[in-house]
Amino acid sequence: MPAKGREMPAKATTKKKPLKTRLVLSLPVYLMMLPGLLYLFCNNYLPIFGIIIAFKKVNWSLGLMKSPWAGLDNFEFLLKSRETARMIRNTVLYNIVFIVLGTILAIAVAILLNEIYSKFFKSTYQSLILLPYLMSWVVVSYLAYAFLSNETGFVNNSLLPALGKDPVNWYQNARYWPFILTFVNFWKSIGFNMVIYYSSIMGISAEYYEAARLDGAGKWKQITNITIPLLRPTVITLFIMSVGRIFASDFGLFYQIPRNQGALYATTQTIDTYVYNALMRLGNISMSSAASVLQSIVGFILVIVANAIVRRYEENSALF
Amino acid sequence: MEGKMYKSDKQMQTIAHVVLGLMTLSSLLPFVLLVISSFTEESYATRYGFGFFPKAWSLGAYQYLMNEWNQIGHAYLITFIVTILGTLIGMVCSTMLAYGLTRDIVGKAFLNFYVVFTMLFSGGIVASYYVWSNLFHIKNTIWALVFPGLMMNAFNIILEKNYFNNNIPESLIESAKIDGAGNIRTFISIVLPLSKPILATIGLMSAISYWNDWTNGLYYVDQAAFYSLQQVLNNINENASFLASNSTQMSSMLHGTASIPTTTMRMAIAVIGILPMVIAYPFFQKYFVKGITIGAVKG
Repeated sequence: MPAKGREMPAKATTKKKPLKTRLVLSLPVYLMMLPGLLYLFCNNYLPIFGIIIAFKKVNWSLGLMKSPWAGLDNFEFLLKSRETARMIRNTVLYNIVFIVLGTILAIAVAILLNEIYSKFFKSTYQSLILLPYLMSWVVVSYLAYAFLSNETGFVNNSLLPALGKDPVNWYQNARYWPFILTFVNFWKSIGFNMVIYYSSIMGISAEYYEAARLDGAGKWKQITNITIPLLRPTVITLFIMSVGRIFASDFGLFYQIPRNQGALYATTQTIDTYVYNALMRLGNISMSSAASVLQSIVGFILVIVANAIVRRYEENSALF
Repeated sequence: MEGKMYKSDKQMQTIAHVVLGLMTLSSLLPFVLLVISSFTEESYATRYGFGFFPKAWSLGAYQYLMNEWNQIGHAYLITFIVTILGTLIGMVCSTMLAYGLTRDIVGKAFLNFYVVFTMLFSGGIVASYYVWSNLFHIKNTIWALVFPGLMMNAFNIILEKNYFNNNIPESLIESAKIDGAGNIRTFISIVLPLSKPILATIGLMSAISYWNDWTNGLYYVDQAAFYSLQQVLNNINENASFLASNSTQMSSMLHGTASIPTTTMRMAIAVIGILPMVIAYPFFQKYFVKGITIGAVKG
């Protein structure tokens, strides 16, 4: 009782302190926060100012600031380029497939995992399916190469001959890559998404299922009438996050797995790999910066719009 | 588990075991193929390709890599240094920032927005590249692997902030203050010890992303002194004779690239690359799952 009595007035006085006193009291806290704030400034805010690169005709001998302005020329060049439509199409289409199919697969697998009674099997399945997520894309590229290499790959040497088919020049044939990349993406990420949905399912009260069972509902009924509807908030939250990133792609997946082969660009080039190649391989700063800025701006608009939509229909799931 | 199982329960069990069993198998098989390929005899591999049942085995690929151990060992060292440095500095900065956001300070709403906004809008990779390489000149330094992108992010700050808010009683902090402890003392002796679970989880996730990172090396490093393990893997991926061309070993200089078991060596270096992670995985697996879960669900 006395302790509580001492706290109450203490809190009341903090509110009444004048701004100057509060600033003085805040100062040591500001100092603690400074390194982190500075890092965010350098890593996140300076690049936002760096967007001006896209509006400049960069001349390195003059430096960025003194380079002449280019207006929207860089963007005009970018939008006229034939590659642009292709890389935007690839980025968006892959994302749509990954979001839709990925959500369905992950929920299905999470529900199945939840059905397993044996604790041993449950944790074994979970940790082993999650293992690929732990690997870097470089390592995954090696794994894919062991299967797909033209000369020594398992598919061309063992699998296709066993099926009586001719070997395929995988790294030269663009048409197979939508399937390969989709498969590899799920192979690496399904464990991650499964864990997310599984933890959501774990959060559903057992009482619902008990009540359903008393009413004579079988497993399938329980899944369609309890589990899936109650997963809705999680699905919506993750959905907005993915829609906000529909203009972004996993650089590792699209750079490492097709081994940056030009012959495959028709189906593998995304905005991120384009930006990398234009900047680092071709030194084309105007195109790469324009593409990069376009990606940021569209991404920003999409996040805001998606969030606004969710806020309207499912307020608790909105991000902000 | 109740005593009586419904028929549909049993069917579901079977389906679940079959599907998850197959998925587990497909998660593991590529690794099995990788390991077996690395132990396959070079001439056999070039003739019959990689398979699960090679008829000729060899340690040749590993012997070659042992010969070049100074390069691989150095890359390991760089990866270790970067992982430890980056995780440590990142954790210090992000926890202090997160703690500050839980205090009653002037301009708290603005600072919160300052942090959250970094999740919504980014300047893109070209602007980042310009800032880090032309403004801060970090190319070909150890900081090139530590600073860009990975050190801390708004998401972890929010997770930490929520944890502090929900798990550390304000009365404890108040009483430390009454005892005369300053902000930093309170933070170190009261807040941090009570936050071990979140620190362990975020620290682990951060360490994994440093260990696996190859993009910073791709953008900012082209000198052997700062090649990390992932970058060496990436370089070999692009050019199988990469190790030989950077080698200081007499044998490589004399024989050139002809004697290198190129095909199986690729597989062996990948095995060496993933080994520490696979060995450590069982020990941190629990925290890893937790890290994914808290990362996905809002604080």
